[in-house]
Amino acid sequence: MLKIGPYTFQSRLFLGTGKYEDAETQKEAVRESETEVLTFAVRRMNLFDESQPDPFESMNLEGFRLLPNTAGAKTAEEAVRIAKIASAADMCDMIKVEVIGCDKTLLPDPVETIRASEILLEEGFTVLPYTSDDVVLAKRLQDLGVHAIMPGASPIGTGLGIINPYNLSHIIEQAYVPVIVDAGIGSPKDAVQAMELGADGILLNTAVSGAEHPVKMAAAMKHAMEAGRLGFEAGRVEKKYYAQASSPMEGLSRL
Amino acid sequence: MVLTINGIKKEMPEETTTIHKLLDHLQLGNKKAVVERNGMIIKKEEQEQEPVKEGDSLEIVHFVGGG
Repeated sequence: MLKIGPYTFQSRLFLGTGKYEDAETQKEAVRESETEVLTFAVRRMNLFDESQPDPFESMNLEGFRLLPNTAGAKTAEEAVRIAKIASAADMCDMIKVEVIGCDKTLLPDPVETIRASEILLEEGFTVLPYTSDDVVLAKRLQDLGVHAIMPGASPIGTGLGIINPYNLSHIIEQAYVPVIVDAGIGSPKDAVQAMELGADGILLNTAVSGAEHPVKMAAAMKHAMEAGRLGFEAGRVEKKYYAQASSPMEGLSRL
Repeated sequence: MVLTINGIKKEMPEETTTIHKLLDHLQLGNKKAVVERNGMIIKKEEQEQEPVKEGDSLEIVHFVGGG
């Protein structure tokens, strides 16, 4: 069971709601993934052009914990503003602090992320900062009192998987709050790897919404998470340099 | 009266004197929208009383898919 702040979850998979081809596919994918946490973004309404489709209009959000992100923010103040907007609409069980500092890599701005997290913690939010795979930054964030840390596997939307498993392992090893691997997961293999490394959960979006068959991929991710987690709990064998026979060497019948 | 709504200057009818009336006029009455007036969030339960005046800047935001 996963516990973040006051909430407990059976599923360790958090699902983003961006870039689905249509609302029906999204709904099916969410159902298939068995996720309990949905993320979304806050944006200006497009009032004077044709109205944008509302991805939540046809979706019953009851039974989900809502994790809005502060995407679009480049400063702590902007992130705090977005968090307060989500909170004012009762759409904010937890807040994903996402303050981008580089347009090309969409990597987070560490200084603004720390500042935003600090302010939001003071305001009583359940705070989950999106961070890079920097080991020290993750430590500083959890020392602030955030409720989980969300290191990226690789830059948002790249699907490159875990590009620095070494750093990620260190983040996980030293963490005393849950570690949710966020961003960059491309395939079920990546999800298994993250969970085998000991991650407490994964947040992904494009890997499902951008797959050829999003609903199938949602199911694949669910199973990958379970397999990886079980593998972690089971404890894998050590890697050895030389072969070691699996069959006994004694009692060989000589021809 | 002229209001700035989501960064666009718009002429609104004189009778849109409250946030609630403005949302109705924009046909957003039943949508999950959050309104900021001049940088301050107006809570849903306050929308009926909170006035809208000439020159006010309003941000009307909602929730979209994202990760």
